[in-house]
Amino acid sequence: MPSLLREFTEATAGFLERTGKITRFGLQLAALTPSALLRVRPLVDQVYNAGALSLVIIMTCGLFVGMVLGLQGYDLLTRFGSEEYLGTAAALSLLKELGPVITALLFAGRAGTALAAELGLMRATDQIAAMEIMAVDPLRRVVLPRFLGGVIAMPLLTATFIVVGLFGAQLVGVQFFGVDQGSFWSQMRGAVELADVSEGLIKGAVFGVACSLIAVYEGYHALPTAEGVGRATTRTVVTSAVVTVILDYLLTAFML
Amino acid sequence: MRPSRTIDISTGLFVLLGFAAILFLVTQISSREFTLNSTSYRLRADFENIGGLKQGAPVSMAGVTIGRVDGIQYDMKLLKAVVTLRIDGRYDEIPNDSDASIFTAGLLGGQYVGLSPGGSEEYFKNGDRIEFVQDAVVLENLISKYLFNQASKESPATEPAPAAQE
Repeated sequence: MPSLLREFTEATAGFLERTGKITRFGLQLAALTPSALLRVRPLVDQVYNAGALSLVIIMTCGLFVGMVLGLQGYDLLTRFGSEEYLGTAAALSLLKELGPVITALLFAGRAGTALAAELGLMRATDQIAAMEIMAVDPLRRVVLPRFLGGVIAMPLLTATFIVVGLFGAQLVGVQFFGVDQGSFWSQMRGAVELADVSEGLIKGAVFGVACSLIAVYEGYHALPTAEGVGRATTRTVVTSAVVTVILDYLLTAFML
Repeated sequence: MRPSRTIDISTGLFVLLGFAAILFLVTQISSREFTLNSTSYRLRADFENIGGLKQGAPVSMAGVTIGRVDGIQYDMKLLKAVVTLRIDGRYDEIPNDSDASIFTAGLLGGQYVGLSPGGSEEYFKNGDRIEFVQDAVVLENLISKYLFNQASKESPATEPAPAAQE
Protein backbone atom coordinates (compact mmCIF):
# COMPACT_ATOMS: atom_id res chain seq x y z
CA MET A 1 0.00 0.00 0.00
CA PRO A 2 2.62 2.61 0.95
CA SER A 3 4.55 1.82 -2.25
CA LEU A 4 1.41 2.40 -4.31
CA LEU A 5 0.87 5.69 -2.53
CA ARG A 6 4.48 6.67 -3.07
CA GLU A 7 4.18 5.85 -6.76
CA PHE A 8 1.09 7.97 -7.00
CA THR A 9 2.75 10.94 -5.31
CA GLU A 10 5.78 10.45 -7.52
CA ALA A 11 3.65 10.49 -10.65
CA THR A 12 1.74 13.56 -9.54
CA ALA A 13 4.92 15.38 -8.62
CA GLY A 14 6.45 14.40 -11.95
CA PHE A 15 3.43 15.69 -13.84
CA LEU A 16 3.45 18.98 -11.95
CA GLU A 17 7.19 19.33 -12.42
CA ARG A 18 6.88 18.82 -16.15
CA THR A 19 3.99 21.28 -16.44
CA GLY A 20 6.03 23.83 -14.50
CA LYS A 21 9.11 23.27 -16.64
CA ILE A 22 7.17 23.65 -19.90
CA THR A 23 5.53 26.81 -18.61
CA ARG A 24 8.86 28.26 -17.54
CA PHE A 25 10.35 27.39 -20.92
CA GLY A 26 7.41 29.14 -22.58
CA LEU A 27 7.85 32.26 -20.48
CA GLN A 28 11.57 32.28 -21.30
CA LEU A 29 10.71 32.11 -25.01
CA ALA A 30 8.05 34.81 -24.66
CA ALA A 31 10.57 37.14 -23.04
CA LEU A 32 12.94 36.68 -25.99
CA THR A 33 10.24 37.00 -28.65
CA PRO A 34 10.51 40.74 -29.47
CA SER A 35 14.16 40.41 -30.44
CA ALA A 36 13.46 37.37 -32.60
CA LEU A 37 10.71 39.06 -34.60
CA LEU A 38 13.33 41.40 -36.07
CA ARG A 39 15.31 38.50 -37.53
CA VAL A 40 13.08 37.75 -40.47
CA ARG A 41 15.15 35.21 -42.38
CA PRO A 42 15.07 32.30 -39.89
CA LEU A 43 11.44 33.08 -39.13
CA VAL A 44 10.41 32.77 -42.80
CA ASP A 45 12.27 29.46 -43.03
CA GLN A 46 10.35 28.11 -40.04
CA VAL A 47 6.97 29.36 -41.22
CA TYR A 48 7.80 27.48 -44.41
CA ASN A 49 8.70 24.33 -42.44
CA ALA A 50 5.73 24.39 -40.11
CA GLY A 51 3.14 25.91 -42.43
CA ALA A 52 3.77 25.58 -46.13
CA LEU A 53 4.97 21.98 -45.82
CA SER A 54 1.90 21.02 -43.76
CA LEU A 55 -0.47 22.56 -46.26
CA VAL A 56 -1.00 19.48 -48.43
CA ILE A 57 -1.91 17.18 -45.53
CA ILE A 58 -4.11 19.86 -43.95
CA MET A 59 -6.02 20.46 -47.18
CA THR A 60 -6.44 16.76 -47.95
CA CYS A 61 -7.73 16.01 -44.47
CA GLY A 62 -9.92 19.12 -44.49
CA LEU A 63 -11.52 18.05 -47.74
CA PHE A 64 -12.32 14.58 -46.50
CA VAL A 65 -13.50 15.69 -43.07
CA GLY A 66 -15.83 18.13 -44.84
CA MET A 67 -17.06 15.42 -47.18
CA VAL A 68 -17.76 13.08 -44.27
CA LEU A 69 -19.66 15.88 -42.56
CA GLY A 70 -21.65 16.27 -45.75
CA LEU A 71 -22.50 12.56 -45.82
CA GLN A 72 -23.30 12.18 -42.13
CA GLY A 73 -25.07 15.51 -41.89
CA TYR A 74 -27.22 14.77 -44.92
CA ASP A 75 -28.14 11.33 -43.63
CA LEU A 76 -29.07 12.74 -40.23
CA LEU A 77 -30.90 15.82 -41.45
CA THR A 78 -33.06 14.04 -44.04
CA ARG A 79 -34.64 12.15 -41.15
CA PHE A 80 -36.04 15.49 -40.02
CA GLY A 81 -36.64 16.73 -43.54
CA SER A 82 -34.30 19.66 -43.04
CA GLU A 83 -31.43 19.08 -45.49
CA GLU A 84 -31.12 22.81 -46.10
CA TYR A 85 -29.51 23.11 -42.66
CA LEU A 86 -26.58 21.02 -43.89
CA GLY A 87 -24.50 24.14 -44.52
CA THR A 88 -25.16 25.45 -41.02
CA ALA A 89 -24.34 22.13 -39.39
CA ALA A 90 -21.13 21.70 -41.38
CA ALA A 91 -19.99 25.29 -40.87
CA LEU A 92 -20.61 25.36 -37.12
CA SER A 93 -19.01 22.00 -36.42
CA LEU A 94 -16.00 22.85 -38.58
CA LEU A 95 -15.55 26.32 -37.14
CA LYS A 96 -16.05 25.50 -33.49
CA GLU A 97 -14.54 22.05 -33.04
CA LEU A 98 -13.34 19.95 -35.93
CA GLY A 99 -11.30 22.64 -37.68
CA PRO A 100 -9.08 23.74 -34.79
CA VAL A 101 -8.78 20.33 -33.09
CA ILE A 102 -7.98 18.19 -36.14
CA THR A 103 -5.63 20.86 -37.47
CA ALA A 104 -3.81 20.86 -34.13
CA LEU A 105 -3.53 17.06 -34.09
CA LEU A 106 -2.23 17.00 -37.67
CA PHE A 107 0.08 19.90 -36.90
CA ALA A 108 1.52 18.02 -33.92
CA GLY A 109 2.02 14.95 -36.09
CA ARG A 110 3.47 16.71 -39.11
CA ALA A 111 5.30 19.80 -37.83
CA GLY A 112 5.67 19.09 -34.11
CA THR A 113 7.49 15.80 -34.57
CA ALA A 114 9.79 17.34 -37.18
CA LEU A 115 10.68 20.13 -34.75
CA ALA A 116 11.27 17.78 -31.85
CA ALA A 117 13.38 15.37 -33.90
CA GLU A 118 15.45 18.19 -35.38
CA LEU A 119 16.15 19.81 -32.03
CA GLY A 120 16.73 16.46 -30.36
CA LEU A 121 19.27 15.49 -32.99
CA MET A 122 21.01 18.84 -32.60
CA ARG A 123 21.22 18.09 -28.90
CA ALA A 124 22.46 14.53 -29.50
CA THR A 125 25.15 15.62 -31.95
CA ASP A 126 26.34 18.36 -29.58
CA GLN A 127 25.40 21.19 -31.94
CA ILE A 128 23.59 22.96 -29.13
CA ALA A 129 26.55 22.56 -26.79
CA ALA A 130 28.82 23.91 -29.55
CA MET A 131 26.66 27.02 -29.85
CA GLU A 132 26.82 27.57 -26.10
CA ILE A 133 30.61 27.36 -26.27
CA MET A 134 30.64 29.96 -29.04
CA ALA A 135 28.50 32.20 -26.80
CA VAL A 136 25.57 31.92 -29.20
CA ASP A 137 22.31 31.60 -27.31
CA PRO A 138 20.70 28.43 -28.73
CA LEU A 139 17.32 29.47 -27.36
CA ARG A 140 17.36 32.66 -29.38
CA ARG A 141 19.13 31.25 -32.40
CA VAL A 142 17.51 27.84 -32.84
CA VAL A 143 14.50 27.31 -30.62
CA LEU A 144 12.72 30.64 -30.85
CA PRO A 145 12.31 30.87 -34.66
CA ARG A 146 10.93 27.33 -34.69
CA PHE A 147 8.47 28.10 -31.93
CA LEU A 148 7.30 31.34 -33.56
CA GLY A 149 7.06 29.69 -36.97
CA GLY A 150 4.57 27.22 -35.53
CA VAL A 151 2.66 29.92 -33.68
CA ILE A 152 2.27 31.95 -36.89
CA ALA A 153 1.40 28.97 -39.06
CA MET A 154 -1.31 27.34 -36.93
CA PRO A 155 -4.15 29.92 -37.22
CA LEU A 156 -3.57 30.15 -40.97
CA LEU A 157 -3.66 26.37 -41.29
CA THR A 158 -6.85 26.25 -39.21
CA ALA A 159 -8.59 28.76 -41.46
CA THR A 160 -7.48 26.88 -44.56
CA PHE A 161 -8.72 23.60 -43.11
CA ILE A 162 -12.15 25.06 -42.33
CA VAL A 163 -12.60 26.64 -45.76
CA VAL A 164 -11.51 23.49 -47.60
CA GLY A 165 -13.80 21.46 -45.32
CA LEU A 166 -16.75 23.68 -46.15
CA PHE A 167 -16.18 23.15 -49.84
CA GLY A 168 -15.93 19.40 -49.17
CA ALA A 169 -19.30 19.45 -47.41
CA GLN A 170 -20.71 21.52 -50.24
CA LEU A 171 -19.34 19.06 -52.79
CA VAL A 172 -21.10 16.12 -51.17
CA GLY A 173 -24.27 17.90 -50.10
CA VAL A 174 -24.94 20.00 -53.18
CA GLN A 175 -23.26 18.13 -56.03
CA PHE A 176 -23.93 14.53 -54.95
CA PHE A 177 -27.16 14.74 -52.97
CA GLY A 178 -28.78 17.73 -54.58
CA VAL A 179 -29.25 19.97 -51.55
CA ASP A 180 -30.15 23.39 -52.89
CA GLN A 181 -26.99 25.43 -53.29
CA GLY A 182 -28.66 28.73 -52.40
CA SER A 183 -30.15 27.49 -49.15
CA PHE A 184 -26.90 25.70 -48.26
CA TRP A 185 -24.97 28.97 -48.22
CA SER A 186 -27.70 31.35 -47.11
CA GLN A 187 -28.79 29.21 -44.14
CA MET A 188 -25.13 29.04 -43.17
CA ARG A 189 -24.70 32.79 -43.46
CA GLY A 190 -27.82 33.37 -41.41
CA ALA A 191 -26.77 31.14 -38.54
CA VAL A 192 -23.01 31.68 -38.31
CA GLU A 193 -21.92 34.77 -36.45
CA LEU A 194 -18.63 36.55 -36.35
CA ALA A 195 -18.16 35.22 -32.80
CA ASP A 196 -18.18 31.64 -34.15
CA VAL A 197 -15.44 32.49 -36.65
CA SER A 198 -13.31 34.16 -34.01
CA GLU A 199 -13.87 31.21 -31.64
CA GLY A 200 -12.33 28.90 -34.23
CA LEU A 201 -9.40 31.18 -34.92
CA ILE A 202 -8.71 31.80 -31.22
CA LYS A 203 -8.72 28.06 -30.61
CA GLY A 204 -6.36 27.58 -33.54
CA ALA A 205 -3.97 30.20 -32.18
CA VAL A 206 -4.00 28.77 -28.64
CA PHE A 207 -3.44 25.22 -29.89
CA GLY A 208 -0.62 26.55 -32.08
CA VAL A 209 1.16 28.04 -29.07
CA ALA A 210 0.63 24.88 -27.00
CA CYS A 211 1.71 22.38 -29.68
CA SER A 212 4.75 24.39 -30.79
CA LEU A 213 5.85 24.93 -27.21
CA ILE A 214 5.57 21.23 -26.37
CA ALA A 215 7.47 20.28 -29.54
CA VAL A 216 10.41 22.62 -28.95
CA TYR A 217 10.50 21.79 -25.23
CA GLU A 218 10.62 18.05 -25.83
CA GLY A 219 13.19 18.39 -28.60
CA TYR A 220 15.43 20.80 -26.74
CA HIS A 221 15.40 18.72 -23.57
CA ALA A 222 15.73 15.34 -25.29
CA LEU A 223 18.29 12.92 -23.91
CA PRO A 224 21.33 13.10 -26.21
CA THR A 225 20.93 9.54 -27.47
CA ALA A 226 19.18 7.92 -30.41
CA GLU A 227 16.59 6.57 -28.02
CA GLY A 228 16.17 9.99 -26.42
CA VAL A 229 15.34 11.58 -29.77
CA GLY A 230 12.79 8.89 -30.49
CA ARG A 231 11.21 9.30 -27.08
CA ALA A 232 11.08 13.07 -27.47
CA THR A 233 9.19 12.69 -30.76
CA THR A 234 6.69 10.28 -29.24
CA ARG A 235 6.14 12.46 -26.21
CA THR A 236 5.58 15.46 -28.45
CA VAL A 237 2.67 13.81 -30.25
CA VAL A 238 1.12 12.28 -27.14
CA THR A 239 1.40 15.39 -24.96
CA SER A 240 0.22 17.68 -27.77
CA ALA A 241 -2.85 15.55 -28.42
CA VAL A 242 -3.83 15.37 -24.75
CA VAL A 243 -3.18 19.05 -24.10
CA THR A 244 -5.13 20.02 -27.23
CA VAL A 245 -8.23 18.13 -26.14
CA ILE A 246 -8.07 19.46 -22.57
CA LEU A 247 -7.52 23.03 -23.75
CA ASP A 248 -10.37 22.57 -26.20
CA TYR A 249 -12.74 21.76 -23.38
CA LEU A 250 -11.58 24.71 -21.31
CA LEU A 251 -11.78 27.15 -24.22
CA THR A 252 -15.22 25.92 -25.21
CA ALA A 253 -16.52 26.26 -21.66
CA PHE A 254 -15.02 29.73 -21.54
CA MET A 255 -16.42 30.99 -24.84
CA LEU A 256 -19.81 29.30 -24.90
CA MET B 1 18.31 23.02 -47.99
CA ARG B 2 16.40 24.34 -50.93
CA PRO B 3 17.30 27.71 -52.41
CA SER B 4 15.79 30.43 -50.26
CA ARG B 5 13.86 31.94 -53.17
CA THR B 6 11.67 28.84 -53.45
CA ILE B 7 11.12 28.94 -49.70
CA ASP B 8 10.15 32.59 -49.82
CA ILE B 9 7.70 32.07 -52.64
CA SER B 10 5.98 29.08 -51.06
CA THR B 11 5.88 30.76 -47.64
CA GLY B 12 4.33 33.81 -49.26
CA LEU B 13 1.76 31.65 -51.02
CA PHE B 14 0.97 29.83 -47.77
CA VAL B 15 0.52 33.05 -45.79
CA LEU B 16 -1.64 34.60 -48.54
CA LEU B 17 -3.77 31.47 -48.71
CA GLY B 18 -4.21 31.49 -44.94
CA PHE B 19 -5.27 35.11 -44.86
CA ALA B 20 -7.56 34.59 -47.85
CA ALA B 21 -9.21 31.76 -45.89
CA ILE B 22 -9.66 34.00 -42.84
CA LEU B 23 -11.10 36.75 -45.02
CA PHE B 24 -13.48 34.27 -46.63
CA LEU B 25 -14.67 33.06 -43.22
CA VAL B 26 -15.19 36.59 -41.92
CA THR B 27 -16.94 38.05 -44.96
CA GLN B 28 -18.67 35.17 -46.72
CA ILE B 29 -19.66 32.77 -43.97
CA SER B 30 -20.72 34.93 -41.07
CA SER B 31 -23.83 37.05 -41.23
CA ARG B 32 -23.44 40.75 -41.80
CA GLU B 33 -26.83 41.83 -43.02
CA PHE B 34 -26.30 45.30 -41.72
CA THR B 35 -24.08 47.13 -39.30
CA LEU B 36 -25.60 48.94 -36.39
CA ASN B 37 -23.63 52.15 -36.61
CA SER B 38 -24.00 55.65 -35.25
CA THR B 39 -27.04 56.42 -37.41
CA SER B 40 -29.07 53.69 -35.70
CA TYR B 41 -31.67 54.69 -33.14
CA ARG B 42 -33.37 53.12 -30.14
CA LEU B 43 -37.03 52.40 -29.43
CA ARG B 44 -38.56 50.89 -26.34
CA ALA B 45 -41.52 48.62 -25.93
CA ASP B 46 -43.11 47.37 -22.70
CA PHE B 47 -44.38 43.82 -22.74
CA GLU B 48 -46.32 41.87 -20.13
CA ASN B 49 -44.49 38.73 -21.18
CA ILE B 50 -41.59 38.35 -23.55
CA GLY B 51 -41.49 34.55 -23.55
CA GLY B 52 -38.02 33.42 -24.58
CA LEU B 53 -36.88 36.63 -26.27
CA LYS B 54 -33.12 37.15 -25.95
CA GLN B 55 -30.77 40.06 -26.32
CA GLY B 56 -29.49 40.19 -29.89
CA ALA B 57 -32.67 38.71 -31.36
CA PRO B 58 -33.68 40.24 -34.69
CA VAL B 59 -36.26 42.97 -35.10
CA SER B 60 -38.03 42.52 -38.39
CA MET B 61 -40.58 44.25 -40.51
CA ALA B 62 -42.39 42.18 -43.13
CA GLY B 63 -39.67 39.57 -42.65
CA VAL B 64 -36.75 41.92 -43.30
CA THR B 65 -34.36 42.31 -40.41
CA ILE B 66 -34.14 46.00 -39.58
CA GLY B 67 -32.54 45.89 -36.14
CA ARG B 68 -31.68 43.94 -33.03
CA VAL B 69 -32.96 43.63 -29.48
CA ASP B 70 -30.50 45.79 -27.60
CA GLY B 71 -31.46 45.06 -24.03
CA ILE B 72 -34.13 43.54 -21.83
CA GLN B 73 -34.91 44.81 -18.34
CA TYR B 74 -37.69 44.34 -15.85
CA ASP B 75 -39.34 47.54 -14.66
CA MET B 76 -40.36 47.24 -11.02
CA LYS B 77 -42.77 50.18 -11.22
CA LEU B 78 -44.60 49.17 -14.39
CA LEU B 79 -44.26 45.48 -13.55
CA LYS B 80 -43.45 44.88 -17.19
CA ALA B 81 -40.52 43.78 -19.30
CA VAL B 82 -38.86 46.74 -21.00
CA VAL B 83 -37.33 45.75 -24.31
CA THR B 84 -34.96 48.18 -26.02
CA LEU B 85 -34.82 47.82 -29.79
CA ARG B 86 -32.00 49.18 -31.87
CA ILE B 87 -33.10 49.99 -35.41
CA ASP B 88 -30.75 50.54 -38.34
CA GLY B 89 -30.57 54.20 -39.40
CA ARG B 90 -31.67 53.36 -42.93
CA TYR B 91 -35.16 52.58 -41.66
CA ASP B 92 -36.00 55.96 -40.18
CA GLU B 93 -39.50 56.37 -41.55
CA ILE B 94 -41.50 53.90 -39.46
CA PRO B 95 -44.97 55.31 -38.62
CA ASN B 96 -45.17 56.05 -34.89
CA ASP B 97 -48.37 54.07 -34.43
CA SER B 98 -46.77 50.84 -35.61
CA ASP B 99 -47.18 47.89 -33.30
CA ALA B 100 -44.62 45.44 -31.98
CA SER B 101 -45.28 41.75 -31.39
CA ILE B 102 -43.12 38.86 -30.29
CA PHE B 103 -43.17 35.96 -32.71
CA THR B 104 -41.45 32.61 -32.96
CA ALA B 105 -39.46 31.85 -36.09
CA GLY B 106 -40.57 28.45 -37.32
CA LEU B 107 -41.76 25.73 -34.99
CA LEU B 108 -38.53 25.42 -33.03
CA GLY B 109 -36.82 28.68 -33.94
CA GLY B 110 -35.84 31.52 -31.67
CA GLN B 111 -38.14 34.42 -30.90
CA TYR B 112 -37.99 37.80 -32.59
CA VAL B 113 -39.77 41.14 -32.49
CA GLY B 114 -41.96 41.90 -35.50
CA LEU B 115 -43.08 45.43 -36.28
CA SER B 116 -46.12 45.99 -38.44
CA PRO B 117 -46.56 49.50 -39.80
CA GLY B 118 -49.43 51.75 -38.80
CA GLY B 119 -50.94 54.57 -40.79
CA SER B 120 -49.54 57.60 -39.02
CA GLU B 121 -47.86 60.43 -40.93
CA GLU B 122 -45.29 60.87 -38.17
CA TYR B 123 -42.29 58.64 -37.66
CA PHE B 124 -40.55 57.08 -34.67
CA LYS B 125 -37.66 59.09 -33.25
CA ASN B 126 -34.79 57.97 -31.05
CA GLY B 127 -36.04 57.01 -27.59
CA ASP B 128 -39.73 56.70 -28.54
CA ARG B 129 -41.95 54.14 -26.88
CA ILE B 130 -43.96 51.75 -29.00
CA GLU B 131 -47.55 52.16 -27.82
CA PHE B 132 -49.17 49.07 -29.26
CA VAL B 133 -47.58 45.80 -28.24
CA GLN B 134 -48.58 42.18 -28.32
CA ASP B 135 -47.00 39.72 -25.89
CA ALA B 136 -45.25 36.51 -26.70
CA VAL B 137 -47.51 33.51 -26.99
CA VAL B 138 -46.64 31.05 -24.24
CA LEU B 139 -47.54 27.54 -25.29
CA GLU B 140 -48.51 26.43 -21.78
CA ASN B 141 -51.01 29.29 -21.48
CA LEU B 142 -52.57 28.32 -24.79
CA ILE B 143 -52.88 24.71 -23.74
CA SER B 144 -54.40 25.54 -20.38
CA LYS B 145 -56.87 27.94 -22.05
CA TYR B 146 -57.85 25.21 -24.46
CA LEU B 147 -58.30 22.71 -21.66
CA PHE B 148 -60.38 25.13 -19.58
CA ASN B 149 -62.56 25.82 -22.60
CA GLN B 150 -63.08 22.11 -23.10
CA ALA B 151 -63.86 21.66 -19.44
CA SER B 152 -66.36 24.52 -19.32
CA LYS B 153 -68.09 23.19 -22.44
CA GLU B 154 -68.50 19.77 -20.91
CA SER B 155 -69.17 20.82 -17.33
CA PRO B 156 -72.88 21.81 -17.62
CA ALA B 157 -73.70 18.32 -18.86
CA THR B 158 -71.37 16.18 -16.74
CA GLU B 159 -70.90 17.95 -13.42
CA PRO B 160 -74.41 17.98 -11.99
CA ALA B 161 -74.83 14.26 -12.52
CA PRO B 162 -72.08 12.98 -10.13
CA ALA B 163 -73.11 15.63 -7.61
CA ALA B 164 -76.65 14.30 -7.64
CA GLN B 165 -75.52 10.73 -7.12
CA GLU B 166 -73.42 11.65 -4.10
